Amino acid sequence: MGFDIRMPIGMLFSLFGILLIGYGAATRGSEIYAEHSLGVNMNLWWGGALLAFGLVMLALTRLWRKQ
Amino acid sequence: MAPKGIHVRPEPHLIDYAIILLYFAFVLGIGFVLKKYMKTSTDFFLSGRSIPAWIAGLAFLSANLGAQEVIGMGASGAKYGISTSHFYWIGAVPAMLFVGVFMMPFYYGSRARSVPEYLKLRFDEKTRGFNAISFAVMTVFSSGVSMYAMGKLLQLLLGWNFTAAILISALIVLAYTFLGGLTSAIYNEVLQFFLIVMGFIPLVYLGLRDVGGWDGLKVRIANDAMVHSWKYMGHSNANPMGVEWFGMLMGLAFVLSFGYWCTDFLVVQRAMAADSMTAARRTPVIAAFPKMVFPFLVILPGMIAGVATSSKMHEASAKESAVASTAAQSSFFTGGKGIIPPKYDPAGKPVTADGKVVLDYDLATPMMLVRYFPSGLLGLGLCALIASFMSGMAGNTTAFNTVWTYDIYQSYINKTASDQHYLWMGRASTIFGLAISLMAAFVAKEFNNILDVLQLVFAFVNAPLFATFMLGMFWKRTTGHAAFWGLLGGTVAAATHYGLTLPAGAVPGVKGGYLGPILHVYPSEMAQNFWTAIFAWVGCFTLTVVISLLTAARPEQELKGLVYSLTAKPEEGGLKWYQKPATLALIVLALLAGLNLVFW
Repeated sequence: MGFDIRMPIGMLFSLFGILLIGYGAATRGSEIYAEHSLGVNMNLWWGGALLAFGLVMLALTRLWRKQ
Repeated sequence: MAPKGIHVRPEPHLIDYAIILLYFAFVLGIGFVLKKYMKTSTDFFLSGRSIPAWIAGLAFLSANLGAQEVIGMGASGAKYGISTSHFYWIGAVPAMLFVGVFMMPFYYGSRARSVPEYLKLRFDEKTRGFNAISFAVMTVFSSGVSMYAMGKLLQLLLGWNFTAAILISALIVLAYTFLGGLTSAIYNEVLQFFLIVMGFIPLVYLGLRDVGGWDGLKVRIANDAMVHSWKYMGHSNANPMGVEWFGMLMGLAFVLSFGYWCTDFLVVQRAMAADSMTAARRTPVIAAFPKMVFPFLVILPGMIAGVATSSKMHEASAKESAVASTAAQSSFFTGGKGIIPPKYDPAGKPVTADGKVVLDYDLATPMMLVRYFPSGLLGLGLCALIASFMSGMAGNTTAFNTVWTYDIYQSYINKTASDQHYLWMGRASTIFGLAISLMAAFVAKEFNNILDVLQLVFAFVNAPLFATFMLGMFWKRTTGHAAFWGLLGGTVAAATHYGLTLPAGAVPGVKGGYLGPILHVYPSEMAQNFWTAIFAWVGCFTLTVVISLLTAARPEQELKGLVYSLTAKPEEGGLKWYQKPATLALIVLALLAGLNLVFW
């Protein structure tokens, strides 16, 4: 019923990904990473993962529409 | 005002708030978009029975995944170690497989619109009434308890105002369930599922990396019973849970887990909303796959919290209060364990019981978020927590408004109104259901003991349920009188058993023993709970069988489609192997056996 749930999921996670990648890039080298995430810029990395996930969801939506 | 002791309160930045606000915007947006599809009461309460299996499956899982589970499993992980996985691998997953493969044909096939309605069709009105009223009360109060837990956590962790936090989240849940009904709740539950997964994977990754992987974790915990799930189950005093394998298998696995997953309308409703019989049967089985993996997401952080450290922490603890550190391991909080703080009394000093510091285990997972997540990711982690609270709330709300409207209002108050009227009532009951939950949350804040008593009563009511359903679905001879008195009797049996026993070290009262003589002392609260459940189930089962044999049976043609022996087996002809519920269930069982062996 309604619309394909994969679309808002894809959009939301893509946006999250972009936000975190942006923030991660802006805070590169900041001490917050040494203090928290063992020196790894998790915002950058996990932001990338979120974006990838969001794009996969959106791609699935389009594929399904075409069927 | 900051309570003393939590020095490491995180300061959320703009980015963290942005993430949370974006999430709120999306869940509301989904509600708004779905409003126009809510034309009939079936649309509103059961999504028009049109939900694909994978969506229903993820919602089935997520509706149950309240923050109490996420936080509670973290707390149990910190306390008991990997044995906590039993709740999943011996408890929830087998129950989910059972309800999907064996029980959904009756729930879905009978066209019942709710679990109590199935009881009406199978048994009689009084059995339905007992179940409907007790469920409605329970679900609305559980929602309140959930709200209270969330408000308390956000206040403690972030300094957010308790009232504001629960009001805002309740209003958001109200908005999207009011507008879009069950479909809105389901869609948002799927969203929440992915949020929880994507929020907790980095936590587990960072935590494990910090302690040196599973092997490193084992070394740091230095307690073999915490890292094995079966090895120490031979005797109750060999493991931290204080249970032996029989009590656990029968109590937790069989009675409690099957009792919940097979009869609780909150989850069954999601399967009832599926678009076909096979989809409905597959829903719980699909949910079982991610459920198996959840221990790694929610239990591990708790285990890691007990042994984690942080450089920033040592600075702060150097300026700690006068209470001397009693922990052998260097702990962030004086008297704490790893990054788990002790419970603090209003004066800011750690609470002690029997000379030992009482730890605030519920803070294990939140402190992990604080410790390992920089701002940005912290927003995601907090969002995942808030999402899990909200999915629990929405689940309770949609279950309540359906049971109220169909099983209480339509059955007893107004039998012959139009469908549009019931749709209206559905929306109205969403509002007053949430309002009652909010009141319960505030009451819980002031009177903690009332909460405990309520939860106790609910446990008594739930324990015998599975016996009634099992007998109802698989024995055609079970009668309505038997079902009703069996349920009542089982509830009384639970209350009696609990009233005559105590867990070790407890005083009579809310922990048990309130009937006077203490006939048995259990090694732990968990053991007492499991055995209370066993007694309740056996009591209900026996009573139901006996009374059934003494009362008139119903004619068989009335029971077609409601009982196993009188229902045609579900058609599976045109299905591929991966679409057959039983095949999928067997795969899950095989994986389960593997997981149990790995963590033996």
